[in-house]
Amino acid sequence: MSSSTAVVKNPKENVWSGGNAPMKASYGKLMMWFFLLSDAFSFSALLISYLMVRFMHPQFTQPYSEFYFSDQHWPIPEKVYNAMPFFHGIEMPLIFVGIMTFILILSSVTMVLAVEAGNRMDQKEVEKWMIWTIIGGMTFLGCQAWEWSHFISGTDVATKLSDGTMFFGANLHANQYGPPLFADFFFFITGFHGMHVTSGVILNIVIFYNVVMGVYERRGHYEMVEKVGLYWHFVDLVWVFVFTLFYLI
Amino acid sequence: MSTVDIDIQSAADAHGHDDHHDHHEQGFFEKYVFSLDHKVIAKQFLITGILWAFIGGLLSAIFRVQLAFPDADLTFMKPLLGDWIDAQGKMDTEFYLAAVTMHGTIMVFFVLTAGLSGTFSNFLIPLQIGARDMASGFMNMLSYWFFFLAGVIMLISLFISTGPASGGWVIYPPLSALPQAMSGSGLGMTLWLTSMAFFIVSTLLGGINYITTVINLRTEGLSFSKLPLTIWAFFLTAVIGLLSFPVLLSAALLLIFDRSFGTSFYLSQIYIGGEALPNVGGSPLLFQHLFWFLGHPEVYIVLLPALGITSEIISTNARKPIFGYRAMIGSMIGIGFLSFIVWAHHMFVSGMNPFLGSVFMFLTLIIAVPSAVKTFNYLTTLWRGNLVFTPAMLFSIGLVSLFISGGVTGIVLGNSAIDIQLHDTYFVVAHFHLVMGSASFFGMMAGVYHWFPKMFGRMMNEKLGYVHFWFTFIGVYMVFFPMHYIGIAGFPRRYYSFTNFDAFSTFTDLQIVISVAAFITLAAQFIFAFNFFFSIFKGKLAPLNPWRSNTLEWTTPRLPGHGNWPGKIPTVYRWPYDYSKPGSKEDFIPQHIPFSQTPESNTDMENELGKLEEEEKKDLGKSSESH
Repeated sequence: MSSSTAVVKNPKENVWSGGNAPMKASYGKLMMWFFLLSDAFSFSALLISYLMVRFMHPQFTQPYSEFYFSDQHWPIPEKVYNAMPFFHGIEMPLIFVGIMTFILILSSVTMVLAVEAGNRMDQKEVEKWMIWTIIGGMTFLGCQAWEWSHFISGTDVATKLSDGTMFFGANLHANQYGPPLFADFFFFITGFHGMHVTSGVILNIVIFYNVVMGVYERRGHYEMVEKVGLYWHFVDLVWVFVFTLFYLI
Repeated sequence: MSTVDIDIQSAADAHGHDDHHDHHEQGFFEKYVFSLDHKVIAKQFLITGILWAFIGGLLSAIFRVQLAFPDADLTFMKPLLGDWIDAQGKMDTEFYLAAVTMHGTIMVFFVLTAGLSGTFSNFLIPLQIGARDMASGFMNMLSYWFFFLAGVIMLISLFISTGPASGGWVIYPPLSALPQAMSGSGLGMTLWLTSMAFFIVSTLLGGINYITTVINLRTEGLSFSKLPLTIWAFFLTAVIGLLSFPVLLSAALLLIFDRSFGTSFYLSQIYIGGEALPNVGGSPLLFQHLFWFLGHPEVYIVLLPALGITSEIISTNARKPIFGYRAMIGSMIGIGFLSFIVWAHHMFVSGMNPFLGSVFMFLTLIIAVPSAVKTFNYLTTLWRGNLVFTPAMLFSIGLVSLFISGGVTGIVLGNSAIDIQLHDTYFVVAHFHLVMGSASFFGMMAGVYHWFPKMFGRMMNEKLGYVHFWFTFIGVYMVFFPMHYIGIAGFPRRYYSFTNFDAFSTFTDLQIVISVAAFITLAAQFIFAFNFFFSIFKGKLAPLNPWRSNTLEWTTPRLPGHGNWPGKIPTVYRWPYDYSKPGSKEDFIPQHIPFSQTPESNTDMENELGKLEEEEKKDLGKSSESH
C-alpha cells in the first residue's frame, strides 16, 4: 500500500478522505443527479430504438418538392409538422414546435432565476420566478396537447394506405403520414417526455406552495428549489434531443 | 420530498450528540415492518430472498423430475400442481415452460439481485463505512416494499389458471407479445411485466441510496482507497444497476404497448394460426438488444457483490492482506465497464450482422482479463496463508472454484463461430449456472455465514455449515458438470422431453444423475434453513469480533442499535487488510487503530502519518482548551 511516494501528505486535506460531503453536494442533490443519470438511459434506449427503426424503413428518395405521404416510406418531418393554430391551410414548417421549444427553454431560464433568488434568500423573487416556470411548463403541455390533437385528427387530404383504404390522421395502428411505427414512436416518446414535464410541473407547484408558505425561509436554504431545478433542466435537455431527432432530421 | 432536508438536520444532530439515540421506544410495526433502519431492511431482504430461493429451487426440482423421468407417472405431484398434471399423470407442456421461466426470473432477480445485493449492500454499507444509516432511510424502506409488492404480484401469477409467464426469463417477443401465442403470454405475462416494473423501481431506489451513501457518508479518514472491497463491489454494482435497469424499463414499456395497445415496436409480418397479423415494421431484434443491454450487466449485478464478499472473507480467513487491492478495484471497474459493451454475444445466432458479432466476440473475450486478475488475486491471497476454514471461507473458496470452471467455458461460448453449435444448448445452461448462478449463490451463503453474528448477535452452527457446504459444493458440480456433455451433444435447453429424439436417448442415465444430484442439493438447503432460523433464536452468543476481522462493523456492540455506534463513530486510519503485518503482535490491526499506536509494525511512511496524527491531536487539544 505504502512506501512508494516520498512526501507524506495529511490525508485529511483531501475532500475524498471521508468525514465530509465531497464537492459540498448534499446527498439529496446527489440522489437527484443519479436519478437523472438513470432516466437519461431510459430516454436513450427509446431514442436509439427510434433511430434504429427509422433507418430500417425505406427513406423518401425522390426530389423534395415531389414529397407525398405514404406508408411505404418514412415521412420528411417538416411536411408533417407544418400546421399552426389559427393559420389553417398555410404551410408553416416547424414554426409551432419551434415556439413550444422556445417556451420550454424560457421556462428553464426562469428556473435558473428562481434558484439564483433562492441563493439570495429572496422569497418574493423565488415565488415570482417559480410561477413563471410553472406557467411555461403548462403552456408547453397545452401546445403539446394541440399538436397531438392535430396529429391525431389529420390534414384535409387523406392518404391512401397500402391496403387500399383512405386514412385521416393517426392512431397506434395506422396513420396518414407514414409507416405505423412513425406515429407509434411519436406518441410513445413525446408522451413519455410529456409525462416527465407533467410530473415536473406538479413538483414545481408543490415547491412553489412550500415557498409561499415560507417552509424554506424557515429552513434557512432553498436547496429544494435547486433540486427540482435540476430535474426541470433535465426534462428540457431531453426535449432538445427529442426535437432534434423527431423534427429536424 | 420535504422529508429529505429534515433528514440532513437529524443526521447532523446525530453527529453532534450521539447519546440521544435509542431513547424513544418504537412499536412493533416501526421496528420490524416499516423500519427505516438499514439493518432491519437488510434482514427483510435476506429472509424474503431465502424464501424466494426455496420457491425457485422447488420449481427447478419440478422440471428436473420431468427431464429425468419423462415416462413416469407424475400423479403424486397432483396435490401441488393440480390440473398442470393431466389424467395420464403427464406434466402439462406449457407448465414445464412456465416452471423454467419462473425459475429463471425468481433466481436472477428476486434471489441473486434483491436477496444478495439488497441484503448485503444495506447491511454492510453503513456498518463498514462508519455511517449511522443510509442517506435516506425512507427511500430504503420504500425500496424493500416495492420489492415485496413485486414479489406478491409474481407469486400471484404462479397461481392463476392460465399459468405464469412462460416465454423464458428473457421474454422475447413475439412469443411474449402475443397473448394468443401461448397461454402463459396472457395474464401471466401482464403480471410478470407489472411485477418487474415495481422491481425496477425498487432497484433504482436502493441503488441511488447505496451510491450516495458511499460517496457522502464515509467516516473520517475513510478514503476510497481505504474502502473494503465489499463496499467497492456494492458501489459498482449499484452504478451498473442504475444504468442498465432503466433500459429494461423502456423495453418493458414498449412491450406493454405492443401487448395492450396495438403498436408494432417488436412485431412485423407475423402469421399465427394461419392468420396474418396487421403489425408491420417492428423488429424483435430491437427487443433483444434492449433486453440484453440490461441482461448482460445484470450478470455482473449478480456476481460483483459475491466477488466483493469473497475478497473480504478470503483475506480475513487467510490472515493475509488481499493480494493486489488496487488491481481488484481496477478489475471490478473494468468488468463493470465492459459489461455494457458485450451484450450482443447473447445474440450471435439471432440474425444480427456477423461482423457485429465478431466485434462483440472480441470485447467479450477481453472480460477474461479482469476476471483472471481477480481469480489469480484470490489464489495468491490464499497461497501460504494461515487458512481458517470457517463455513464462510469454504463457500468463498467454493466460489473461486466455480468462477474458474464456469469462466473457462465462457471463453468457449464467447466465440461467435463455436456459439453456432452451442447456442441455446445445455452447455450454456451449465456455463451460466456455474459462473453466475452457483458462484453468486456461494457468495451469498458465504456472506450469510460470515455476517450472521453481526446480524443476529449469535453464531450459526459450524458443523451444520460444513455439512451444508459439502453437499452443496459436490451437488452443484454433479448437477452442472454433466450438462456440458449433453450440451456439446446438441441438446437444446427448455425442451420438454428429449426422448423424442434418438440422438439424445444415450443421455437418459446422465439426466437421471443430474436430477438426483439436484434433489439432494435442494434437500441440503434445508439444513441451512434449519441452521439459519434455529441460530437466530438459539445460537451461541457471538463475541464482538468472531473472525478477528479489521473492518468497522466489528467495532459496534454485539447487536448494534439504531445509529450503529453508541458513542462517536470511529475514525479510520488504515486500509482494511492489515492482517499478519510484520512486527505486529496481533495478526490483525483493525482500521480504526491509528498508526501512532503501532510503531512496531509501521513502515517509514506510516510512521510519518503517525506523527501527523499526533500533531493533529495536539492541535485539537489546544483548540478545545481555547473554547
